[in-house]
Amino acid sequence: MFSYKLNTVQQFTIILLVVALVSIGCFLLIDLISYKIVALILLVTVSLIAMLFDIAPVLFAAFISAITWDFFFIPPKFTLSIQSPEDILLFTMYFVIALIHAVLTYKIRQYDKLEQKREEKENTLSLYNTILNSLSHELRTPIATIIGATDNLQSGSKNLSENNKIELISEISNASLRLNRQVENLLNMSRLESGTYQLKMDWCDVCELVYNVVKKFKDLSKGHKIQIEISPLLPLCKIDSGLIEQVLYNLIQNAITYIPLEATIKIKASYKANQLTFVIEDDGPGFPENEISNVFDKFYRLKNTKAGGTGLGLSIVKGFIEAHKGNIILENKKESGAKFTINIPCEISNLKAIENE
Amino acid sequence: MNDQSILVIDDEAQIRKLLEITLESNSFKVNHAANGKEGLIIAANHPPDLILLDIGLPDQNGQEVLKQLREWYTKPIIMLSVQSDEANIVKALDNGANDYLVKPFRTGELVARIKSALRNSEGTIDQVIIKNKQLQIDLVGRVVKINDEVVKLTSTEYELLTLLAKNEGKVLTHQFLLRQIWGPGYIEQTQYLRVFIAQLRKKIELDPNLPDIILTESGIGYRFVSII
Repeated sequence: MFSYKLNTVQQFTIILLVVALVSIGCFLLIDLISYKIVALILLVTVSLIAMLFDIAPVLFAAFISAITWDFFFIPPKFTLSIQSPEDILLFTMYFVIALIHAVLTYKIRQYDKLEQKREEKENTLSLYNTILNSLSHELRTPIATIIGATDNLQSGSKNLSENNKIELISEISNASLRLNRQVENLLNMSRLESGTYQLKMDWCDVCELVYNVVKKFKDLSKGHKIQIEISPLLPLCKIDSGLIEQVLYNLIQNAITYIPLEATIKIKASYKANQLTFVIEDDGPGFPENEISNVFDKFYRLKNTKAGGTGLGLSIVKGFIEAHKGNIILENKKESGAKFTINIPCEISNLKAIENE
Repeated sequence: MNDQSILVIDDEAQIRKLLEITLESNSFKVNHAANGKEGLIIAANHPPDLILLDIGLPDQNGQEVLKQLREWYTKPIIMLSVQSDEANIVKALDNGANDYLVKPFRTGELVARIKSALRNSEGTIDQVIIKNKQLQIDLVGRVVKINDEVVKLTSTEYELLTLLAKNEGKVLTHQFLLRQIWGPGYIEQTQYLRVFIAQLRKKIELDPNLPDIILTESGIGYRFVSII
């Protein structure tokens, strides 16, 4: 709607211009149309204005159009006086109709707005429900593990073998790491949703970044092979390395969660034509073809999947890449396996290694 | 290492308890304070050998407590932060903090950082030869060796390596390194630092992709480590 973009002064100016233009048009054609028709034309103008502008400018339109009509069209012309009783009646009616029109149109618009807000609210509510459902599951599972394991350790210690104790402790540790990861994801999501996140762009050694992320999985990957292919000549890129690190982390985490142990994850990075490209692929089973278009949706989880997850990981990936004005494509490979391709437009540094100083 | 005292300033009782148990089991004496004001009083009455200070305290900002402590307290201060809020961490390091840890941290890491900070504060920096894993630096002869073989470094690489090595265990911020090595006009030129660190790693690390001498602190700086 115009009223959001134009300030009040602009609205008044436009209304003056429109009414003036319409009046001049009618004035030139006065030989063809009667001045009573002019009233109708002006009424239509006021109605159109009412559809676009705020209430004060619209009332103003009703008022000046009535005056204009009286001054230029109702005989005697070029005076504000009206002589025939019929014209007085016409003028009064014009004025009242214009006002009612203006107010009613404005009210309808207000009502529309309210309706829209209500709908938005309903959507948000149903989204909240989805969030709560998946969160309470995702957060409560590790919490239940921790409570259960500590209960065992505190009370049943006589019957527990040393091995069992060690296992329980490692379960507590895993559960808290999982909790921590989910909280991290929630924080990231809220950073994205608030829309206030400022990218911290800085020069980044992409090769170092990738190895850094992969190193974090050293203890966590249960045996998956992770291969890295990056040209040593890849230049420094200007990106928000914190966000891109999170992107790669989530993609690898996702792969490790869903593909079988003996599968391999491959990570490639390259730079070509002002674009930094990452490819993260695996030779697992891939994604169900009919669900590929949904996997980046917030809180979407694959059907028939047992592994947990809030459905946030991939939507954060997409959000962070779009914050860089880049894009991500997911496809299944011909020979089975999933392939994520990320393109990020970015600046590179021409600074090369300096061997002789 | 025995009987060194540590003051923990953190508003969370659970964290204080955890730190107390962890540190006492490593034979440190532990005092604690639940807010900045109390912390400042305890630190003044019983000056500890090291302070663990939470960045987000209820009564005062941790940064403010840090500044007040640094007016007279010269021993190590390690900051604890809830999230990797890089700007705040860099600010604390600039305000005189020696190191930082992000909650949740592993207790092994905590103890290692504390020991390293205490070692540094004992003033072993006067040594002439720094040895670390495969690396050996002779500060008088300006000679760097890897597994007893001399490595040729450019003068900038050498300056960078020795600056990091002399502050073993301590994280040095990008801005600090750029100012010290290249000068005040270069503090925004992080690409110099990245290129030279990468170059240096190729010469001194066994696997430059998995460095274990010069570690990256993402968004903050670099750290020269001898023990992991």
